[in-house]
Amino acid sequence: MSVILGQTFTGISIGAVLLLIALGLSLTFGQMNVINMAHGEFIMAGAYTTYVLQKSISDAGISLLVALPVAFCVSGVLGALLERLLIRRLYLRPLDTLLVTWGVSLMLQQLARDIFGAPNVQTRAPDWLTGHITLVGGDDPLTVADNRLFILGLAVAAVAALSLTLRLTPLGRRIRAVVQNRDLAEVSGISTSRVDRTAFFLGSGLAGVAGVALTLVGPIGPTMGTNIIIDAFLVIVVGGIGQLKGSVMVAFALGVLQSVLEYSTTVSVAKVLVLVAIVAFLQWRPQGLYTLRTRSLV
Amino acid sequence: MSGGLEIRGLRVVFDGFTAVDGVDLDVRPGDLRFLIGPNGAGKTTLVDAVTGLVRAEGSVRFGGEELLGRSVHRIARSGIGRTFQTATVFEELTVLQNLDIAAGAGRSMWTMLRRRRDVPVPVARALETIGLTDVADSPAGTLAHGQKQWLEIGMLLVQDVRLLLLDEPVAGMSHDERQATGELLERISEERTVVVIEHDMDFLRSFARSVSVLHAGRVLSEGTVTEVQADPRVQEVYLGHAPEVPSRGADDGPDDGDGGAAVGAGAASAGDTAADAAVQEA
Amino acid sequence: MNALKGRAARAWYGFAAGAVLLFAVAPAALSDFRLGLFAKYLCMAMVAVGICLAWGRGGLLTLGQGVFFGLGGYAMAMHLKLADAGPGNLPDFMQLYGTATELPWWWRPFANPAVALAATVLLPVAVAALLGLLVFRRRVKGAYFAILGQALAAAFAIWLVGQQATTGGTNGLTDIQGFFGYDLHDPVNQRMVYFVIAAVLLLVVLLARQLIHSRYGELLVAVRDAEERVRFLGYNPANVKLVAYVVAAGTAGLAGALFVPAVGIISPALVGIVPSIEFVIGAAVGGRASLAGAVLGAVAVAWARTALSEEFPAAWTYFQGLLFVVALAFLPGGLASLPAVVRRRRAAAPVAVGEAA
Repeated sequence: MSVILGQTFTGISIGAVLLLIALGLSLTFGQMNVINMAHGEFIMAGAYTTYVLQKSISDAGISLLVALPVAFCVSGVLGALLERLLIRRLYLRPLDTLLVTWGVSLMLQQLARDIFGAPNVQTRAPDWLTGHITLVGGDDPLTVADNRLFILGLAVAAVAALSLTLRLTPLGRRIRAVVQNRDLAEVSGISTSRVDRTAFFLGSGLAGVAGVALTLVGPIGPTMGTNIIIDAFLVIVVGGIGQLKGSVMVAFALGVLQSVLEYSTTVSVAKVLVLVAIVAFLQWRPQGLYTLRTRSLV
Repeated sequence: MSGGLEIRGLRVVFDGFTAVDGVDLDVRPGDLRFLIGPNGAGKTTLVDAVTGLVRAEGSVRFGGEELLGRSVHRIARSGIGRTFQTATVFEELTVLQNLDIAAGAGRSMWTMLRRRRDVPVPVARALETIGLTDVADSPAGTLAHGQKQWLEIGMLLVQDVRLLLLDEPVAGMSHDERQATGELLERISEERTVVVIEHDMDFLRSFARSVSVLHAGRVLSEGTVTEVQADPRVQEVYLGHAPEVPSRGADDGPDDGDGGAAVGAGAASAGDTAADAAVQEA
Repeated sequence: MNALKGRAARAWYGFAAGAVLLFAVAPAALSDFRLGLFAKYLCMAMVAVGICLAWGRGGLLTLGQGVFFGLGGYAMAMHLKLADAGPGNLPDFMQLYGTATELPWWWRPFANPAVALAATVLLPVAVAALLGLLVFRRRVKGAYFAILGQALAAAFAIWLVGQQATTGGTNGLTDIQGFFGYDLHDPVNQRMVYFVIAAVLLLVVLLARQLIHSRYGELLVAVRDAEERVRFLGYNPANVKLVAYVVAAGTAGLAGALFVPAVGIISPALVGIVPSIEFVIGAAVGGRASLAGAVLGAVAVAWARTALSEEFPAAWTYFQGLLFVVALAFLPGGLASLPAVVRRRRAAAPVAVGEAA
């Protein structure tokens, strides 16, 4: 019994990482209706930022806490640059954007390989994240690792921060206005190009934070982003574009499903089964879990 | 000529907002009916419901056949065609190819897999009717705005629909083009049933055989142009000092087509501006 | 109408020139080793033909072509491994890993050459038809469709790696010796394989050209540009897209099947996300909507890959990334659109050209 529960909790923490990534994707996807394949490399940038900071700040705890804002800014700036230099030019060509950003992601991976070397590197976890909390004691104990709890907390904080920003700040109102009706927002005096860039900064910054989180549970390598980004895309596809609550629910559901299936079958079979489940789900809700029903032709 | 349109108790609800609220409408075969009403009255949504684009309750019968619940392409095959507010033609294909595609929904697999060798007779006739024979081999994307709208009508003709639902077919046309379009519609309606959504009152006065006024999702008035114009309720709606109509926020309705999903809920400031614009236009 | 005839004539000249190049020039000019590589490039070109149809004409960004390539390739390789092992014997890798004592049930049909050959095309076609039906019917499109294709490629590759005892795992099916009784180590037979591939490529190009210029081809473009409008004309766009997707899948399967005797291996590294997207880049560089562009682009990119990655693997990755960016951001019609772009520039700025000349 506790094995299943433990597996579920592992799934929840996988879901938390997925959620951090999907939040950023959802923001950029919802904003400009483009899929940014280089989002995975922004995760990688966040992870390598953590690695570099730990080299210069020897205390693992401090470097981790410093890494959070720094990685957010590093990845955010990369995202804003990408938006300014390429994505802007490809407005209304979403599929071409997908492939162009894939090209960018290839180059960023190679850049990481040239700077940090092809083999994976590792960071040390701070002392206060190496233990675990025992939820149920006794002969069949259920424990939860501290680092996984930390990631979960990070994801919850990110969701809260993002949804408060969108709801309460003028910036959030502008972003929502552009998402809902770009032309109307433009003629109402909103600089859509500035809003686009800000949204890309925020979304990519969240990828950087996800990268920091990933250093706590696995190695850092040039292709670490590619491996997880597809799952994050699936979260968006299933959750519905631009829907925070959809992303939250689906991220955790996919994480748990994957983790439970891995336990009951094998990693490779679990992947296939999850995909089958997603295609089946889309038969029921082709537009994702949450959508606004509108009359638009597309 | 067969088949009138018979709508009973039609309701369309979007996420709790009722866009069409129990419409009854009869269009006789061979009629040239105009649908008018302020923005958000539910005109386009009505057409969407009839053509299967949005889900609706009630009953829509054409020539005795129930249409609700059928998929878009099946409704199209039962003889109902429509145009959109913005002319939608296949811009990269030539005028001829556009018409040939419109003519061919019933073609066999074998015909589809072969090349088009000549111009099918109905296509040639439609080219003549809409006056685009000279530009038959030009890409549709290069046509003038009015020509695109004629091409759309031509596509409905070769599709051999018995009911044409036209959404603002003369928007953006010059006076002469409007006149030509109106005459074209009169000719078409000799053999087919035509329903036109239109804001242009001069155009309506010149060509409408009958008029239905929609307001807040309901039919407010119906009759000839003179009858409708004399109806005090219509004047109230159009002059804007209507007696307390139960407010359901109908006026900033989905006519603004604020397509796409939203992050979070609630009306952004942009939404309010949309309502203002709608009021001014109405 | 004259312009149409001119275009058809030009296409025929191009086709004839291609045939001469493939059957006379290349075999005479290239060494056995180079001709073998060229055969491999032609397989890439075959996949690109399908992508040209599905993506260039139908707007379906197929990011999972590796799956269909792999299905075709594995179907062929399974038969060849069984044939190499001889009747009643297990393929070498199964004996090596030593877990299986008898052939898994789903390997058995592939012992029959006719079944295996049919499967190289029918398996990808069946998978594409099933997925396409489910996806197109529910109007999942655009980027969503692309992501699903990519997820499929990822899942298929991971599954193959996980089933080491029956699929050879990461190594894949390697060291294939014979091809329907012919020894693949013999250079003469390698040349024969090349000729088979060249002939099949020409046939596939002819088939695709017929499809593109048929009424169906016009309809496909219409669906690409205004799917909803097509629906209101009484067509079901799902079926229109399905045909293009299934043909592209069958073509990729055929290419995968022919790749196996040409290169002697099929492995998960050829079917995952990365190879799937690499199939697309050739078509994008050459011109996604043009058959000749897609074929030449695929061959050129595959050649550049061999030439560059042998000596400078890092440079190749940068170059490939740059290809994506330049081809799609700045020349979306690919190299095939270059003449038209230049003509337009000249027409727009005759003085500048005059100065340059």
